[in-house]
Amino acid sequence: MGQDRRGFLKLAGLAAVCATARESLTRLAGAAETEPRSSAKAPKVRWAMVVDPRRCLEQESCTACIDACDHAHNIPAFTNPRHEVKWIWKTRFDEAFPDQDSRYIDPALTSEPVLALCNHCDNPPCVRVCPTQATWKRDDGIVAMDWHRCIGCRYCMAACPYGSRSFNWEDPRPHIAHEDPDFPTRTKGVVEKCTFCDERIDRGELPACVVACKAKALVFGDLNDPDSEVRRLLRTRFALRRRAGLGTQPEVFYLV
Amino acid sequence: MLEKALVGGRGYWRWILALGVVIALGLVSYLRQFAFGLGITGLSRDVTWGLYIAQFTFLVGVAASAVMVVLPYYLHNFKMFGKLTILGEFLAISAVTMCMLFIFVDMGQPTRVLNVMLYPTPHSLMFWDMVSLSGYLVLNVVISHVTLAAERNSVPPPSWIRPVIILSIPWAVSIHTVTAFLYSGLAARPFWMTAILAPRFLASAFSAGPALLILFCLVLRRVTRFDAGREPIQRLAIIVTYAMLINVFFVLMELFTALYSNIPEDVEHFKFLFVGLEGNTTLVPWMWASAVLSVAALVLLVNPKTRHDERTLAAACVAVFLGLWIEKGLGLIIAGFEPSPLGAVTAYTPTVPEISITLGIYAFGLLLITLLYKIALSVRGETAA
Amino acid sequence: MRDRGRIITGLAVFVAVALAPVWQAALHGAARRPDPKIVTTAKQCVEPTAAMRRDHMELLNAWRDTVVRRGQRTYVAADGKTVTMSLTGTCMKCHPNKKEFCDACHNYLAVSPYCWECHIEPKEKS
Repeated sequence: MGQDRRGFLKLAGLAAVCATARESLTRLAGAAETEPRSSAKAPKVRWAMVVDPRRCLEQESCTACIDACDHAHNIPAFTNPRHEVKWIWKTRFDEAFPDQDSRYIDPALTSEPVLALCNHCDNPPCVRVCPTQATWKRDDGIVAMDWHRCIGCRYCMAACPYGSRSFNWEDPRPHIAHEDPDFPTRTKGVVEKCTFCDERIDRGELPACVVACKAKALVFGDLNDPDSEVRRLLRTRFALRRRAGLGTQPEVFYLV
Repeated sequence: MLEKALVGGRGYWRWILALGVVIALGLVSYLRQFAFGLGITGLSRDVTWGLYIAQFTFLVGVAASAVMVVLPYYLHNFKMFGKLTILGEFLAISAVTMCMLFIFVDMGQPTRVLNVMLYPTPHSLMFWDMVSLSGYLVLNVVISHVTLAAERNSVPPPSWIRPVIILSIPWAVSIHTVTAFLYSGLAARPFWMTAILAPRFLASAFSAGPALLILFCLVLRRVTRFDAGREPIQRLAIIVTYAMLINVFFVLMELFTALYSNIPEDVEHFKFLFVGLEGNTTLVPWMWASAVLSVAALVLLVNPKTRHDERTLAAACVAVFLGLWIEKGLGLIIAGFEPSPLGAVTAYTPTVPEISITLGIYAFGLLLITLLYKIALSVRGETAA
Repeated sequence: MRDRGRIITGLAVFVAVALAPVWQAALHGAARRPDPKIVTTAKQCVEPTAAMRRDHMELLNAWRDTVVRRGQRTYVAADGKTVTMSLTGTCMKCHPNKKEFCDACHNYLAVSPYCWECHIEPKEKS
């Protein structure tokens, strides 16, 4: 009798292991996760943003872009700064550009906060580390999020050199002032960040922050189009990228 | 074989009951965390990993250390460790189980954790860590089961098990290497981005693990009829000594490169650990305690007189274990986030539920090892009367 | 068989627990078959009713992946009709009565899809 029970347990264990391994291996080998987004005919787009901090600073203590984003994406307002959720926010110059020695630069530029958001890196470390492809780079360069798939391991947050990712430490719903029914909230236990408004871009619109900026300090466009506004600005003016030395290739540029 | 764990004296059952209480408290805390979210812990958007992941990292080392008894016995025919291999393998099983539990309780969406297998992602080190840890668990379960069953039936173990055992040796090295790669491949975290992290992990593992094994042997001698013997314990002590020396040497190398090159983002993390940064000195007393414990342990271990005396050896092993637990189970993970890549220092103190969950998992690991050791010793007829 | 008493008691407890649904139903009366209320005047959902009833969860999962992961937002139904793939924007426009429609069956079957943890349900009078 003892032998039979043991045999059964062994067999059951083996079967469970095999079933999981099989599912995993077929997905690994097969084309389960191929994401045919671009057709060969469509010209490839590479979205990017140019921030003009001087223009931004003309509008003192303006938060139009941040408010628009918060509203469009049901971003909760946690009073506890440790649990804050931030998609686009203002940060100190030396925090945004820790490797820029700012001692002798025009203090008008460096003493004021700059806008920070996800850089939608061309070589995103968050995507590299994500164990479930819950964050990935779309063909148009947007580093997207799948909140259905995120397991909340926060490896991406450890990997992001810009602090651009936030985690839902608790249910965000009670902390959302005005719910916009057209956009989902998030649930507790998932990571979120700026998505360059992929839902608006797919509808042919500009990101909410860009539309909201009265000073026209945010310019959004296609890097692969030599005639685009972003390319024109980058051709004519000098621009910084945050922590360019890390090789992440941020696609948010800051005009000097 | 499992039924052997169900027979025991009064002391045995008291110990099991005590562990059960701690596990139950941890479980209650976990249910609260499950309902509320990880906001119940002391973690924050800047310090995103803390006690849980740090324990995971430390215990991967304990798990890998089984190789320190398996390798001499099977590769070098070092007969003296024959009695110890099963203890090492059972320690590995219990430690890997705790690792998995610590990962699990750290998940924001625990119900989706199988997504790691449903969407296997070879470019993520976490995927490989899952593969290597679960593989190591299976290997050790199979090996210990087969060898113990053979021992019970007084027959030599089947010949196919030998290659499996040999495989478990590099596999043990791999679990800690992959775990180090989890951290050392992140450009955002200069504190971890060091090529010596994996060797450092292995060195600390090969001192903390065997130190724990020595302590277990000494405890078993007291509460059971099992006696590992004086000589095997002394041999283990030599392993602990060398590994600890190498570990301290590696840490000093890290300190030198950071402090002499004086690159601010490298220096700041060590400042946070040993003198405090921006007024935050949470870990400073701990890290100095770790340094003192490590030095004291080395003094006791290197000196043959104190190493040969089992009482001072036991003290040295406790010092090694605690010192490395602070270094790896507190300092290493937390300091990676302090300061954040944007230069912010955010206070992190584990909360009561967080500590309770952590203790619950440790109690579960101890329960597992108690049951497994009980089985192993019962098979050999060496349990207490 | 010294343990006869214990074994029989144990078995009895096991059987009682295992058959809980049966004696619960006998005690409280069986739950009635749910009747999800359809308020829309449209003749047909995106696919025929039978298919929707059987496969709506697969369809929603497929929509979810197509929209989120491929950025494609238009669904072509079997009959060639096109709709925007959106739970709140399409499904709930015809079925704003989540309580009487979605929940009726889901509660009966004791399934709790986590859609509504994130997607905002239409305002309803309760």
